[in-house]
Amino acid sequence: MDFEFSEEQKILKKMARDFLKKECPKELVRQLEETETGHSPELWRKMAELGWMGLIVPEEYGGSEFSFIDLIILFEEMGYNICPGPFFSTVVLGALPIMAAGSADQKAAYLPGIAGGEAIWTLALTEPDGRYDASGISLRAVPEGDEYLLSGTKLFVPDAHLAQYIICAARTTDGPEPKEGLTVFIIDAQAPGLSLTPLKTLVRDRQFELLFDRVRVAKASVLGEVDRGWPVIKDILDKAAVAKCAEMLGGSQAVLDMAVQYSKERTQFDRPIGSFQAIQHHLANMWMGIFAAGHLTYKAAWKISQGLPAGQDAAMAKAKAGEAYRQITILGHQIFGGIGFTMEHDMHLYHRRSAAGDLVFGHSGFQLEQTAQGLGL
Amino acid sequence: MNFDFTDEEKKFREKVEEFVKSQVPPDWDDKVVYWPGGYGTNPEMEIEFHNFCHDFVKKLGQKGWMSLGWPEKYGGQNSWLKQAIVNDVLSYYRMPSGGIAACISGPSIVVVGSEEMKQEWLPKIALGEAGFWLAYSEPNAGSDLGSIKTTAVEDGDDFIVNGQKIWSSGAHVTRYGWMLAKTDPKARKHQSASLIIVDCDSPGITIRPIINIAGKHSFNEVYFDDVRVPKKNLVGELHKGFYNVMLALQFERLAVGSGLFRRVLDELVHYARTTVSHGQPLAKNPEVRRKLAAIAIEVEVFLGYYWRSVWMLDQGQVPELEASGLKLCFTELGRTMAGLAIDILGMYGQLDQDSKRAPFNGRVCLGYLDSISGPIGAGTSEVQRNIIATRGLGLSRG
Repeated sequence: MDFEFSEEQKILKKMARDFLKKECPKELVRQLEETETGHSPELWRKMAELGWMGLIVPEEYGGSEFSFIDLIILFEEMGYNICPGPFFSTVVLGALPIMAAGSADQKAAYLPGIAGGEAIWTLALTEPDGRYDASGISLRAVPEGDEYLLSGTKLFVPDAHLAQYIICAARTTDGPEPKEGLTVFIIDAQAPGLSLTPLKTLVRDRQFELLFDRVRVAKASVLGEVDRGWPVIKDILDKAAVAKCAEMLGGSQAVLDMAVQYSKERTQFDRPIGSFQAIQHHLANMWMGIFAAGHLTYKAAWKISQGLPAGQDAAMAKAKAGEAYRQITILGHQIFGGIGFTMEHDMHLYHRRSAAGDLVFGHSGFQLEQTAQGLGL
Repeated sequence: MNFDFTDEEKKFREKVEEFVKSQVPPDWDDKVVYWPGGYGTNPEMEIEFHNFCHDFVKKLGQKGWMSLGWPEKYGGQNSWLKQAIVNDVLSYYRMPSGGIAACISGPSIVVVGSEEMKQEWLPKIALGEAGFWLAYSEPNAGSDLGSIKTTAVEDGDDFIVNGQKIWSSGAHVTRYGWMLAKTDPKARKHQSASLIIVDCDSPGITIRPIINIAGKHSFNEVYFDDVRVPKKNLVGELHKGFYNVMLALQFERLAVGSGLFRRVLDELVHYARTTVSHGQPLAKNPEVRRKLAAIAIEVEVFLGYYWRSVWMLDQGQVPELEASGLKLCFTELGRTMAGLAIDILGMYGQLDQDSKRAPFNGRVCLGYLDSISGPIGAGTSEVQRNIIATRGLGLSRG
């Protein structure tokens, strides 16, 4: 057993912390909430220069071939600082599925663009009933000659307005078992028949409703095998869940750090509020939540890095990290009192993300059900 | 990072399991109601099981499995991880582990004891031949250990001890008291006491049982009336008792019975899968699924605290924050698990030991009671949170 980061990992973490603090201050975070795209090409370019998009892409495609757990360290720092933009969409929802399920041609065609920071990707998965299981996918892909025609609706698609490519989960065959008959496609975002409507969200990120009206997709665009898309999707969901856990973990830590600092500085009744037990106990509970989320997140990440089955670990981590982040932002708000309830203060940036983070890729309730299944119940 | 055991550690675990399984009496699970995270249902405290536990602990001692974390110089293998593996397996089968002697007194003597003390006590402790109970708390000194009044006054080659201890778990089944007593009452609180070993076969000692709310005799009040304790039984430096107790507490917080949590979770999952209610297994009930899943997650978190704390010890680090978090986590988990078990068992949850139809022979009913002790003993949850905030996060005391 070894619960410490390697020297390399410690350096990566510190570099990310310092870089984000400098290049993505809260002023920029707030600004990006209001701009049309919510994306800073300059920040993007600087991240690309650091090789972040290609961190775990294989070297032969222009990446640095680090391991999944190293990417998780990076996401934790992004969650700590807050880093708006299509990084998560591109790397987790775009690069990872191509690395896992792409043909040699697909990898060669797409990964270098991602690693170099030239391409932006996203994933269209959830539909109007808002679910993350196989039965939630009913967008149809009908074969026609050398192509498929896709029709239906996808919701909550992040960064669709920026993406060059959209990975899309569709149903190619009906049957009694919802996990069978699904196919994953790589779609050109400019394809005719695709229309986007922005959704205004809690976190002011950019999520979209996508309407597919007989969108044509070549057969060569299938990612993995026809009718056998569920394992590809499940794999993306597990990894995305763990990456989101890392962001939530980082956010939780940021809230604790802010709250500890404030507790030492703010005085009432002639003493720092941190000397009152009620405040101390809130902070202790926050620390405990972070320990729990951290252990589960890194254990899941380690197993994924080792190529070990990690579905149960990912479910447990996501259930706990979401619940913990939500409790932590609530306690953080209690500690900050009135001042934390203002737009001006940073607390709400994290509180919003505690809900959004818990919800995406299956909220705690969904993950508990996954965990129950994993227990054999 | 690495979240797995080495092959060598896995083989060692298999060896331990094989041995322990061969020693478990056939009706053990029907008799023992040990609840994870509670301090009041440990079979090692029960007079009924005393001989069995005593003999079994000696077998562990003969294998060297009580002192694996100690330095090689004192017969150990420098591996708290291996010791934790032994304890994990023992607790899964609800088997005795030698408690305080091996977990607390031995390791403390290794760190602060004189050479003479080490030579006199470590071999006996390692062999399971010396049982200890903790003589810290008094009626007026629970969380506020500084308020103890029991004195140890120097008299030639001895101390004379007068006073009273309470919540003395195991004092009725072990010989030696690991006692904090005032040796310099006029000094500042934390420089005023010393840690001494009291042989309770000495005259002047009266033990009065206290029955806990689970109906078990696990702890006692113990009265000391001019009891002579040789000065060579002083552990560490004179008047440094509080610091030595803090050191000992670190080890105490690792005395967890980790396997028992895994065992009870397994038993509850099995119960849910095999018990039918409203025409379907309980396992299909959404409330049961959700609650068991949540507990499974908390058990995983607890194991995270446990193995990390053990790993830190082996790295030569002091798991202060982590040990407080561990203690807080597992005791509150034990209480939550008891509540969950009551929910799952429904009306059957109220059936006491030896009642007709009592599932698990009443272990859930008694566990619901015993689990109250966990978040109170060995530093209350409130105190642990204070420690995390003040010593861990740097907040000041009032």
